[in-house]
Amino acid sequence: MAGIYRILIAFLMALTPLALGSVAASAATTARPVAAPATPAAPAATPVATSADAAAPAADAAAAAPAFEYARPVPGIGQPVVGGLDFQPQVTENGRFAHFLNNAILLPLSVVICLLVLGLLLFVVVRFRAGANPVPSKTSHNTLIEVIWTGIPILILVGVAVPSIDLLARQYAPPPANALTVKVTGYQWYWGYAYPDNGIDEYVSNMLDEQTAAARGEPYHLAADNRMVVPAGRTVKLIVTAADVIHSFAVPALWTKMDAVPGRLNEVTFRADRPGVYYGQCSELCGVNHGYMPIAVEVVTPERFAQWVASKGGHMVAPAPAAAAPAATPAAAPAATPAAAPTTPPSAGATPAAAAPAQ
Amino acid sequence: MTTIAADADHAHHDDHADHKPGFFVRWFMSTNHKDIGTLYLIFAICAGIVGSALSGLMRLELAQEGIQYLPQWAAMMGGEATDTAGKHFWNVMITAHGLIMVFFMVMPAIIGGFGNWFVPIMIGAPDMAFPRMNNISFWLTFVAFFMLFGSMFVTGGSGLGAGTGWTVYAPLSTSGSTGPAVDMAIFSLHLAGAASILGAINFITTIFNMRAPGMTLHKMPLFVWSVLVTAFLLLLSLPVLAAAITMLLTDRNFGTAFYDAAGGGDPVLYQHLFWFFGHPEVYIMILPGFGIVSQIVSTFSKKPVFGYLGMAYAMVAIGVVGFIVWAHHMFTVGMRVDLKMYFTAATMVIAVPTGIKIFSWLATMWGGSLSFKTPMLWALGFIFMFTVGGVTGVVLANGGVDQNLHDTYYVVAHFHYVLSLGAVFALFAGFYYWIPKMSGRMYSEWMGQLHFWTFFIGVNIVFFPQHFLGQQGMPRRYPDYAHAYEYWHHISSLGYLVVLVGLFFFFANVFYTLFAGKKVGANPWGEGATTLEWTLSSPPPYHQFNELPRIA
Repeated sequence: MAGIYRILIAFLMALTPLALGSVAASAATTARPVAAPATPAAPAATPVATSADAAAPAADAAAAAPAFEYARPVPGIGQPVVGGLDFQPQVTENGRFAHFLNNAILLPLSVVICLLVLGLLLFVVVRFRAGANPVPSKTSHNTLIEVIWTGIPILILVGVAVPSIDLLARQYAPPPANALTVKVTGYQWYWGYAYPDNGIDEYVSNMLDEQTAAARGEPYHLAADNRMVVPAGRTVKLIVTAADVIHSFAVPALWTKMDAVPGRLNEVTFRADRPGVYYGQCSELCGVNHGYMPIAVEVVTPERFAQWVASKGGHMVAPAPAAAAPAATPAAAPAATPAAAPTTPPSAGATPAAAAPAQ
Repeated sequence: MTTIAADADHAHHDDHADHKPGFFVRWFMSTNHKDIGTLYLIFAICAGIVGSALSGLMRLELAQEGIQYLPQWAAMMGGEATDTAGKHFWNVMITAHGLIMVFFMVMPAIIGGFGNWFVPIMIGAPDMAFPRMNNISFWLTFVAFFMLFGSMFVTGGSGLGAGTGWTVYAPLSTSGSTGPAVDMAIFSLHLAGAASILGAINFITTIFNMRAPGMTLHKMPLFVWSVLVTAFLLLLSLPVLAAAITMLLTDRNFGTAFYDAAGGGDPVLYQHLFWFFGHPEVYIMILPGFGIVSQIVSTFSKKPVFGYLGMAYAMVAIGVVGFIVWAHHMFTVGMRVDLKMYFTAATMVIAVPTGIKIFSWLATMWGGSLSFKTPMLWALGFIFMFTVGGVTGVVLANGGVDQNLHDTYYVVAHFHYVLSLGAVFALFAGFYYWIPKMSGRMYSEWMGQLHFWTFFIGVNIVFFPQHFLGQQGMPRRYPDYAHAYEYWHHISSLGYLVVLVGLFFFFANVFYTLFAGKKVGANPWGEGATTLEWTLSSPPPYHQFNELPRIA
C-alpha cells in the first residue's frame, strides 16, 4: 500500500506543473552530488597527482591545518529573494517532498476551495439579489446535500492526510549509522555548534555587522561570522538545546526547524544534497536580540568538509562500523568517498520512489 | 440587612419599565444586561483603539528595513533611548497588541458586548441570571486592562514593559524577564480570566434556566447557541490558563521550578497548558462571530438559516474537537512522531464542521431575496475571508509542512485572516446590524459601505503579502529583517493606511449615528429579522419582558 502510494506520489511529482520548479531543482541538485564525487573519483587512482586535492588527504592527517575559506552564497539559494512568493528552493529530499505537498496538493486545493466559495458567493449575490428574486423560498433543509458537504470534505481530508502523515514519517526516519552529529546550542543571542564525532569543541556563531556582511557579499541579518559546516549527501543529526531561554533553530532551505529548549535534547535530521550556503534565523521569541541571531549553514563536499574539520583542529572518523572498510590512510580517503557515493545519489533522488525502500 | 426592606419598599415604584437609576448608580453599579453590554462595547472600542494604534506603530517600523523609530518610542514611553530599550519596546508592543486584541477587544466586544445585550433578549429573558456577577465581570476586565496597560511603564528586564509575547512562554517569562512588568501582565490575565469564567457561568445559567416558555434549545437563535458553546469553552479552558500562569508567578517569585529544567520542571509543560487554553480561545473568539453571521445572513436573505441543527451541532463539534488539537501550536518543540501525526489528523478534522457552516450560509442565501445593507456586506466578507484563513489553517495543520512555516509570517497571515478579517468582520457586522436596536438610530448607509470596502481592501493588502513573507522564511516577532523581505513588508504597511481610512469612516459613522442618525422603529430590517429583539422598541425598554413572551 505504502509502496504503491509512494510511486503514485513520485509520478505526480514528475507530472504536476506546479511542482515543476521543485522537480527542476531536484534534477539540478541530483546532478551535482553525482558529478561531485565523480570528479574526485578520477584522481582517486592518483590522489597525490593533483596538487589541489593533495591538501585534503593531507589535512586528514591533521599534520597541517590548511586555511578553509567559506563559500560565497549564491543569490536566490538558501536565502530570500526580493518580492519572492514561493518557498526557498529546497536542497533536501524531504524538503522537496514537503514543498511538493504544499505546492502540488495543499495550495491547489486551497485555491480551488476559495474559488468555489467565492464563485458560489458571487453567483448567489447576483442570482438571488432582491431585484432578481423578490420572493424568497422557504427551503431550510435538504438532508442529501448536507450529507454531501460533510462527506466530501472528509474524503478530501483523508486524501490530504495520507501524504502529510507520510511526510512526518520521512522527517522522523531514524538517521543512518554514518550520520554526522552536530550539537546546536541556543544562547541569548547567538548559536553554538559542536561536533562531538570530530572532536570539535563548541564554537559560537554571531551575526555579522552590516559592513562586514556587505564586504563578504552576504545578506545582512542572515550572515554569521562562523558557520555550521556539514557535508553534502550525508545525513546530519542535530542535537538541539538551549542554555537560557527557548530559541528555535530554523533553516528554510533545509525545511528544518527545531526548538532549542533548555533542559531538553531535541533531535532533528536533514540531508542536503547540494553544496551551498543556507541561511536561517532564530524562530522562537527569545528576548531583545531575537531578530539578531542568524543561522548560517554551509553544505560542502566531503573533501572540503574534511578540510574544514582539519582547520578546526578536529579529526575525521570512519563513518560507521559497517562501512569500516574506508581506511584511515590519506590516499584511500578520497577513494572511499566515491565508493560510498553510489549508495547516496540514487536515494538523493531523481526518483523519490527509488528512495522509498531506504526508509 | 436594612437594604432588603428598602428594596422591597422600592419594588412598588418599579412597575414602570423605564425607571432608570441615577448616572453613577446606573453606569458604575449596573445590574442591567443592556447597560453592561454597552459598557463592554465602549470598553472594547477603547481597547481596540489602543491595540490598533500599536499595530500601526509596528507597521510603521516594519515599513522599511533598519530600526527607524523604536529607541525614540521607548524614550517617549519613559524608557531610555537606547538600541536595547528600543528592541525591548518592540517585544512589548507585540505582547500588548496580542493580549489587548484578544482579551480586551474581541472577547469583551463579542461576548461581553453583543452576548450581554442580545442573549437574554433573544431567549425572551428579562436579564442575565446573575446581574451583579455580570457587573463584577465587567469591572474585573476593566481593571485587568489597566493592569496590562500599567505593565508597559514598569521595568520588564531590558526595558519597560513585558516583552514575552502574548504566549508568555517560560523561561523567557520567568528567568528571562526580571522586574514587575511580567508579574503585572500575569495578574492582568488572572483578572481577565476570572472575569471571563464568571461571565461564562452567567451565560450558561441564563441560557439553561431563563428561556421563555416554548423557547426550547432547538429553537434558540444560532447566536445564542454560539454563546452557549463559547461559554463552555471559557469555563473549561480558562482555569487551565489560570493554573499555568499561577505556576509562572510562583516560578518567578517564590522559587518553584514548574517550568525550570534545572529544578526538575519542564518549559514545554507550560506550552501544553497554555495551548490547552489557547486553542479553545481561538474558537472563543470566532464562534460568537459564526452566530452573528448566521443571524445576519438569515435576516438579509429573508430566509430561515439553512440546516439549523447542523449549524448548531457543527459549533458544538468545533468546540469539542477544539479541545483536543492544542499541540499543533507547538509542532516544533520536539515531540514524538506519533503524537505529531495525531495532532495533524485531529486538526484537519476541524475543517469538516467549519465547512458545514460555510456551505450552510451559502445555502441560506440560495433562493433568498438578498439585500446588501452594510451588515450583510460584512457577513459576506466574513464568509470569504474566513474561508481563506481556513484553508491556510489546513496547510499549517500539517506537522511536516509546519516544520518550515512554524513561527513565520505565514502563521501571522493565517491567524489575522481568521481574526482580523474573521472575528473583526463579525464584530463590525454585528455592530451595524444591532446599532439601530441598541441606540434607536440608524447608521449612515453610505459611510457603512465605504467603511466596509476600504477596510476590506486595506486588511487584504496588509495580510495577504504576509503569506509570501512566511513562505520565504521571514520569522515572526522581528523588529528588523533582511533586505529581501522589505518589498512585501512595505506593501503590507501601505495597506495599513487604507485600513486607517476605513476606521475613520467607522468612527465618523458611530458619531453620526449616535447624534444625528434617523430614529428607527422596532424592526428596521423587515420580514427577515425574526428573532425576539426585533419585537421590542428601539432602543428596548430598560427592563424588557416583564411578561414573558410565548414562543410557538
